[in-house]
Amino acid sequence: MEPINAFVALSNFVLIPAFAYGSQIALGALGITLIYGILRFAHFAHGDIMALGTGIVILTTWGLQAQGIGLGPFPTALLALPVGILGTILYLLAADRMVYRFYRKVKAKPMTFVMASLGVMFVTNGITRLIMGPSEERFDDGERFIISVREFRDWTGLAEGLALRSAQALTIVVALVAMVFLFWFLNRTRSGKSMRAYSDNEDLALLSGINPERVVVITWAIAGTLMVLAGTLYGLDKSYRPFTYFQLLLPFFAAAIVGGLGNPMGAIIGGYVVAFAEMGITYAWRRVVVYLAPEGWEPTGLMQILPVDYKFAVTFGILVLVLIFRPTGIFKGRTL
Amino acid sequence: MTGYLRNVALFAAMGVALALTGMFQSWVLALTILNMSLISAVMALGVNMQWGYAGLFNVGIMGFTAFGGLAAVLIAMPPVPEAWAAGGFGAILGLMLGAGTIFAAIIVWNRLPSGKVRVFALIATLIIGYTITRFVFAPATAAIVRVNPATEGYLGGLGLPVILSWPLGAIMAGGLAWVVGKVALGLRSDYLAIATLGISEIVIAVLKFEAWLTRGVNNVVGIPRAVPRPVTLQQYDWVQDLSQRLGLGLSETARLVELTGYALMFALVLGVLIWLSEKALNSPWGRMMRAIRDNETAARAMGKNVTRRHLMVFVLGSGVCGLAGAMMVTLDGQLTPGSYEPLRFTFLIWVMVIVGGSGNNWGAVLGGFVIWFLWVQAEPAGRWLMDTLTSGLGAGNPVREHLMAQAAHTRLIMMGLALLLMLRFAPRGLIPER
Repeated sequence: MEPINAFVALSNFVLIPAFAYGSQIALGALGITLIYGILRFAHFAHGDIMALGTGIVILTTWGLQAQGIGLGPFPTALLALPVGILGTILYLLAADRMVYRFYRKVKAKPMTFVMASLGVMFVTNGITRLIMGPSEERFDDGERFIISVREFRDWTGLAEGLALRSAQALTIVVALVAMVFLFWFLNRTRSGKSMRAYSDNEDLALLSGINPERVVVITWAIAGTLMVLAGTLYGLDKSYRPFTYFQLLLPFFAAAIVGGLGNPMGAIIGGYVVAFAEMGITYAWRRVVVYLAPEGWEPTGLMQILPVDYKFAVTFGILVLVLIFRPTGIFKGRTL
Repeated sequence: MTGYLRNVALFAAMGVALALTGMFQSWVLALTILNMSLISAVMALGVNMQWGYAGLFNVGIMGFTAFGGLAAVLIAMPPVPEAWAAGGFGAILGLMLGAGTIFAAIIVWNRLPSGKVRVFALIATLIIGYTITRFVFAPATAAIVRVNPATEGYLGGLGLPVILSWPLGAIMAGGLAWVVGKVALGLRSDYLAIATLGISEIVIAVLKFEAWLTRGVNNVVGIPRAVPRPVTLQQYDWVQDLSQRLGLGLSETARLVELTGYALMFALVLGVLIWLSEKALNSPWGRMMRAIRDNETAARAMGKNVTRRHLMVFVLGSGVCGLAGAMMVTLDGQLTPGSYEPLRFTFLIWVMVIVGGSGNNWGAVLGGFVIWFLWVQAEPAGRWLMDTLTSGLGAGNPVREHLMAQAAHTRLIMMGLALLLMLRFAPRGLIPER
């Protein structure tokens, strides 16, 4: 029984949370990598626009809850998602029209785009804080658990319990569906192919009659959808606070760079690498090792490599390792 | 010459704005803005060295500033002998063992032939080193934190005059920048951005959670002052004399004298830095830096070691940010790790550099003044704006109440708009590069 208990504890505290967190990071990193591949700049406003989009979802959710509309066991936020996605896409397109398009026209250096995205970041951050306030908000409802610790224990008779929260399951399912749909879109549809062509070789793509503005619009639309999905799932799984969303920028970029900037598959793998490393290194392994160590050899300490407070250090560490040993990322970056 | 007059006029306008603040709001506020403006100008100078001279994109200014601020604690606070007795030796030994581990890992990586053996040796070195370090370090720091936790619980500093922390802050931040630059420079420019973003979050995490060094979220307060406190100043005859002559209250006069003292010190530092930067920018070194910035390949073809020059300027600029950080902690008299926020300490400095004029030292300084002034004054302005915009909703309307409560955040929107408008319509800034 001991190894099974160890595995259950491992799943409960590391594998399931890391898988859910990794899916959220992967969605965000996909947006970063797509924008990098098509528009060719590091989008610093990503976290803040994600906070704004999630804010719209939260407000819609509260509105629906006040009307008594819900989805039963599912969180009401799912119903509010389309509103948030639409709002975010419109916001991104407005930002593109008012800010970025000019720099595309004058063929500005990538760093000018990055500076402009800092400006958008400030404005978005201000709007989000003005509407939502800087404090933490909760908007999850519906069934909290699919399997709760007690149910699992009664059911299996094991010493360790396993909980699967509905937000975690939802994250994993939604993220997988979104990823499959994205790859289908990029590989099978005409628009997706034109995006890949544009990312691969801009001049050739223009020569073969691809409309660059259309590609840009599609890119923002996809990135906006991914942002709201990532933000809402993160908010349901953990909690919503604008500043936390800003800080997610670091794992997003780390995941995108680890996988190779501009490479969607890389962003997904990178997201899971970052999440599993963060969870694995900040988890107190004692709880698992206790079951596996021989009698009398149980560890006395927590067996935690780094305190949870240093989870950014883990992300940073991975980033440094990749920069030193494989600067292009796991998959060669830059093309879509 | 018209350009010169225009620049003088811009600085004069800034002076008038501060004077108006003094006359219509309060002189204490005006001097407070001035002091932070001077510090911001120093930070903007540091960023301008990196961005304006060399085109390096550093988004970790907050980290270097906070790390420099730590120097003020390490220099000025009185040492805590009980804590040193409890775990000082262990903590220092632990740090040295940690550094030794990394050093050993580098040696293993460089000396062994590439292959599986090297990877295993590297991992083994790191694991063994980490275990030993932790074995020494963890109990020592735990013992330190237990010493009189309500007021101390940390090692304290050296008990030296706080001014000495300014050069130390610069050296510490420069050293950190060397490590970051060694890893991230020479690769694509976005990588430096992400690496600095990461290191700044880590520095803040260290300041927050390494309580044995910084008291963490309990903050270090009461750092010895560089200028006598107002309470002390009030007892001086000349301050009492001055208060009568100005017709102000004694406590207000003493506060003004204190703030002026800081302003003079900061202005001196800023003046020396501008002088040095101008000298550097107009020397062969400065021309070389601009040549590298404008065409890296050509500079490389001329035999310039671009990566090394980048590293040098990155260290220098970060050092200046660290100096500003130490100055700020000196002014505040406390280190509050929780108050460091990237929007305020990294991205606002960027707005200063872009608005002021990147590549021009005077521009960066002016940007520091203008943006800090706006940042402070935008808060009441935002409240007024929100009040006007929502006045149609009537008192007690929940939307209005909510917006009024969050009105201070409109200044973020204003700063963003300032950045976007400057970038679009005057991308070279208020005082463009010559």
